[in-house]
Amino acid sequence: MTDVVIAGIGQTEVGEHWNISLRELAFAAIQDAVRDSGGLKPQALFVGNMLSPNLSNQAHLGALVADHAGLTGIEAITIEAAGASGGAAVRQGYLAISSGMVDVALVVGVEKFTDQVGPGVDAALATASDSDFEAVQGMTPTSQAALLMRRYMHEYQVPADGFAGFAITAHANGAGNKFAMFQKAIKPETYAKAEIVSEPLNMFDIAPNVDGAAALILTRRDLLPTNFAHPLVKISGSASASDTLALHDRKDMLYFDTAQLSTGKAMKQAGIMLDQISFFEYHDMFSIYAALEIEAVGFAIKGKGWKLAADNKIGLKGKIPCATMGGLKARGFTGGATGVYQAVEAATQLRGQAGANQVAGAKYGLIQSLGGPASTAVSHIIERIQA
Amino acid sequence: MEIPRHWRLKQQRYSLVGEVCPHCDYKIFPPRDVCPNCGDEAKELYTFSGKGEVYSYTTIYEAPSGYDANAPYTVAIVKLQEGPMITAQLTDLGDQPVEIGMPVEMVTRRMRNDGDERGIIVYGYKFRPRLAVA
Repeated sequence: MTDVVIAGIGQTEVGEHWNISLRELAFAAIQDAVRDSGGLKPQALFVGNMLSPNLSNQAHLGALVADHAGLTGIEAITIEAAGASGGAAVRQGYLAISSGMVDVALVVGVEKFTDQVGPGVDAALATASDSDFEAVQGMTPTSQAALLMRRYMHEYQVPADGFAGFAITAHANGAGNKFAMFQKAIKPETYAKAEIVSEPLNMFDIAPNVDGAAALILTRRDLLPTNFAHPLVKISGSASASDTLALHDRKDMLYFDTAQLSTGKAMKQAGIMLDQISFFEYHDMFSIYAALEIEAVGFAIKGKGWKLAADNKIGLKGKIPCATMGGLKARGFTGGATGVYQAVEAATQLRGQAGANQVAGAKYGLIQSLGGPASTAVSHIIERIQA
Repeated sequence: MEIPRHWRLKQQRYSLVGEVCPHCDYKIFPPRDVCPNCGDEAKELYTFSGKGEVYSYTTIYEAPSGYDANAPYTVAIVKLQEGPMITAQLTDLGDQPVEIGMPVEMVTRRMRNDGDERGIIVYGYKFRPRLAVA
């Protein structure tokens, strides 16, 4: 199989971009990624997006984004897997290059949440769940996470504020990421006093829904421009798995099977063991998901994922650095763009360009995005292949 | 409004009709024709008793559109006596605090409306506290 290199990365600041449209956001990220790659021209475009048909009355983003980026004529499609749309788009780009069928692929994740507010957005987000048997009951992704967190705390005797470490770490790292929504560290007291949203979830257990776009240029190693400007970073492992859509249909609701399956496959492809992973970009849309991903991937045993954060083992100098550029919590939850932001951030780390947030000696990064409560998981291992 | 969609589901919504697998006796809700336990074909209808207990729950204050009239409401995952888990609102709670493990029973209630007087009103199952019977 041919080496799939991340030749170019681009991202917009994450925020409430009321003055920037969906197509403009996507184009901004694309411009940066193409420039970063040294001007490579893509033959295929894979767009990761979850809610533009609902929130922007706009489907058919492949054609729209290609058109608006001056790439009319290339093949272009949207990939949707709820919150894992971006990760799934990265995977499609990976498959296109590694199969040899496409020379240069452009992967773009884009999401606009903030053109609407309130109940309309909540209803749109609920389309990621089982419409006939979850959403119709008034269940929302937030309430799913809340009741999972409650059950987890009940089974494992987790103290109140046991999950504070996730938000604290995320915000500390967000402070060093100029693209993040929140660039300010928070104190433990802030978490302790935070408003309850859906018991036991408080405001700091939930990532904000915000706008953003991120892009990757993927290609084969032999197609890189001669004076390619960056340390080489490649995708060494790529896998995805699905589980029952409805949370209530799970064999074990407190174990993210998809996280384990997809990570295991990706690690096998990359030929690495867990202790070789330098950092983990998890899908911390809710703090409980971060804990459950940590457990399913194997960094902690069942019921102990929360302790890794509480004992400060997930910081930049910790045992397993997580959310190194702020994660979903501080960077922001950018819907279908998430998986592409994770890939951009991982590439930044592996190139040694993460500045204040640099994980020393980063060699392998694990990135993982989830659709729903891990009804889908897409995991990638990204590797630095030369100093 | 999606009238046919809601009409198709009325046996599930009003009567908790699922399936039982003729091969391994696994009880299935909602019906899915393939047994999630043994993988064989399962199309025999089965009506659940409506009895169960609370696996977990939370209260929603900021509801999605169509449910705002109801807010705040409590949504739960209920473990039915026969095995399957189901997502549903809890109702008729009064002042009673909800607890994991609390016994509940199915009732039929209004679940949502379409927000205008001429829109469809969707009825379905909710669960209320059940006095534990010896």
